[in-house]
Amino acid sequence: MKRRDVIGAAVGLASVAWMRSAAANADELAAAIKRFADGAPVTEGRVEFDVAPLVENGNTVPVTVRVQSAMSESDHVKAIAIFNESNPQRDVANFFLGPRAGRATVSTRIRLATSQRLVAVAKMSDGSCWSHSVDVLVTLAACVES
Amino acid sequence: MARALITMPATAKRGEVIEIRTLIAHPMETGYRPGADGAILPRNVIHRFTCHYDNVLVFSAELFPAVAANPFIAFSTVATASGTLRFVWSGDQGFTQTETASLAVT
Repeated sequence: MKRRDVIGAAVGLASVAWMRSAAANADELAAAIKRFADGAPVTEGRVEFDVAPLVENGNTVPVTVRVQSAMSESDHVKAIAIFNESNPQRDVANFFLGPRAGRATVSTRIRLATSQRLVAVAKMSDGSCWSHSVDVLVTLAACVES
Repeated sequence: MARALITMPATAKRGEVIEIRTLIAHPMETGYRPGADGAILPRNVIHRFTCHYDNVLVFSAELFPAVAANPFIAFSTVATASGTLRFVWSGDQGFTQTETASLAVT
């Protein structure tokens, strides 16, 4: 076997492994969202996931999730969850609110291990679920240096 | 005791929606990261944050290792009556911290 064949095979194997893990992560992400939605269909819309599209430092990324809701006793947001595709764990944070929140807006700071897709899902009091996904590019990844 | 910061107005009109911003000093060690000696550092994160307004739960959060160190959480609540807001963070290694803030409603 020639040297270039060996290198070619190695590159091929590595890319297959990478693709498989990306696909597995996407499946895990879908499963995590499904678990949160509790069987309800998740529709795009009503949720605004505010995060910079280009992140310089993955160690602390400010994010804000806003949901369009009257936040009344009969119609309010029960929970907001943030999921990611390529961190070691799919869950980022879950927030539980109710009519006493007044406004369905939460902000926090998160870590991103690499450039990836983030999804925010809101669960309403009527059981419906709404989402917004965002793709972010990360220049300096979290969890690399100690 | 970890240092915690709570930013919120001291007074509000009845029915007004107030924003509360909280920050607590905590490493949020993920449990995936090697330390200086190459061994994986044990996980040490805050799992849960709650906010009670006059002993009624108005907001809570479940945090995972993907939340950045020194967790910052901002949320809002409706000023219903003058009272005390109690904030509790709890996590790994028996970590719990309670802070209170008072709100005067006019």
